[in-house]
Amino acid sequence: MTSRPGLPGYPAEDRPFTRAMRADGRPATIDDYLATGGYDGLRRAVESLQPKEVAALVTESGLRGRGGAGYSTGRKWSTMPLGPDAPHPKYIVCNADEMEPGSFKDRFLMERNPHLLLEGMLLAGFATESDEGYIFLRQQYDGSVAALEQAIAEARERGYLGASLLGSGFTFDIELHVSLGRYICGEASAMLNALESQRPNPRARPPHMTGAGLFSRPTVVNNVESFMAVPAIVQHGPDWWKGLSVTDEGGTKVFGVAGRVAKPGCVELPMGVPIRELVEVHAGGMLPGYALRAVSPGGASTSFIPADKIDVPLGFATMSEVESRLGTGTLVLLDDQTCPVGMLLNMMQFFAQESCGWCTPCREGLPWTAALLEDIEEGRGEPGDLEVLAQGVWFMDSDKCFCDLAPGAMQPLESALRLFPDDFARHIEEGGCHYRRRGSDAPAMRGTTW
Amino acid sequence: MSLSDEETRQLDAILGHYPDKRAAAATAMRLVQARRRWLSDEAVADLGEYLDMTVAELDGIATFGNMVFRKPVGRHVVLVCDSFACWSLGYAELRSAVEAELGVGMGQTTADGRFTLLPIVCLGACDRGPAMMVDDELHGPVAPDDVAGILGGYA
Repeated sequence: MTSRPGLPGYPAEDRPFTRAMRADGRPATIDDYLATGGYDGLRRAVESLQPKEVAALVTESGLRGRGGAGYSTGRKWSTMPLGPDAPHPKYIVCNADEMEPGSFKDRFLMERNPHLLLEGMLLAGFATESDEGYIFLRQQYDGSVAALEQAIAEARERGYLGASLLGSGFTFDIELHVSLGRYICGEASAMLNALESQRPNPRARPPHMTGAGLFSRPTVVNNVESFMAVPAIVQHGPDWWKGLSVTDEGGTKVFGVAGRVAKPGCVELPMGVPIRELVEVHAGGMLPGYALRAVSPGGASTSFIPADKIDVPLGFATMSEVESRLGTGTLVLLDDQTCPVGMLLNMMQFFAQESCGWCTPCREGLPWTAALLEDIEEGRGEPGDLEVLAQGVWFMDSDKCFCDLAPGAMQPLESALRLFPDDFARHIEEGGCHYRRRGSDAPAMRGTTW
Repeated sequence: MSLSDEETRQLDAILGHYPDKRAAAATAMRLVQARRRWLSDEAVADLGEYLDMTVAELDGIATFGNMVFRKPVGRHVVLVCDSFACWSLGYAELRSAVEAELGVGMGQTTADGRFTLLPIVCLGACDRGPAMMVDDELHGPVAPDDVAGILGGYA
């Protein structure tokens, strides 16, 4: 096992996401934030860097999107039109929707360190010569809304936000937008429709959002944690950032563990720590009487990783070696007393419910998949069902769907069929579920509106 | 009931946050719902008039969002998280305890109009599962025995 120590074993400076956080759990104030180097990155940028240089620093750092997709943040910024001929206003949009089941890092980050998000968006705005930022939050994140409202007020008052901030001539403001709710709003182009008060179906691409995004203007959309990585990169430089990780992907990351462990929660660790270290050291290991069966590494649309492969480093490249992906990096554990078919059924009922209904594979395929899984879990499964489920994996691949919702849903399904064949077979042979925690228990609300 | 003067003042104030009136529709609906708890047909019609939008356009957004209430709700809305993380940590027992305490099922309102019980997708509190929200307050992890005490705190 790699033995690079995690919290609290390495210097605070090497914990860019959490170093300003207060021990009492309340949101860091602007004074807490300034005391740990807060807004130094912004000051450096507006006083001594050109916009293009800021984007270049971010590209050079190797920072990849922390919302799940993993696209180069700097490269995305570099496609925004710059200069006197560029259309204005240009927008920076923060995806703070966090509705992917099993994702719980953005809530932690925004509630505890709101100024870091503002500074990251301000740097994105500076690098792309943008005019205004929106933070798109889900409605249940009241704590995040309160923390961010306070931070925005403080930043305005101290001159870090607003007209000609820090006396630089650069003007940028940030608005909070609270969603009416729905998982698909977390898809970047659907989010722009939601922000415009259009019905939030995803948009066709091209055009890319950096060409025609919010209100048809050039727009950058990034995840909360992606923005939050930027201030320290600009402050300390890409080489420093690259030196933080165990693997060569750079930086730290906020990981999380949920499930039958002693200490569930979020922790900032170097990129590349193994899953085993996260679970056994930082989360305190499995509770007595429970053994680890598999890990959902980064949200419901990532593939399960079996317990015998948890020495894999948590990184973008390494996770593909175990046929999964990093996703959001918040682990949900499947223990040995919980039915994998039941867990998968819960996931598929979610995806079926949240399909926007736009394209056929998703609208028809997901309820069909959920119904088959329910049959298997409830003892009505038939031998041919597993082939039909496997066909669904093919039918709902990304080349046949309008957006990534259904292809994402197929990742846990594909991996479960691969990793738990005996469980599926036993359900069908024995006519039901043999686990302690079983069944769908899903609310009978699907198809209804309130 | 048409929009009150106070509602109109609040709506006027948010228009400046968006480049055009129609783009304010989602926030406008949220604002009126926050005051009235739910959006009646009349409220949607009044908002349509205010925003120069048709009722169909507004309902296209309203029926898409899972937190827009087009039917009356109780004084407090209880959301029980049904994500796979909470499911694996005791969602079924929590839901049963809440239903038993309130005497209603998912999607229903108690006879005294105090609580409406609704399902919710992942609350982003997986490390505190099984989790639930009452209005804007998150509770978790919630053991079945805690339910009566928690709900008793909401008049």
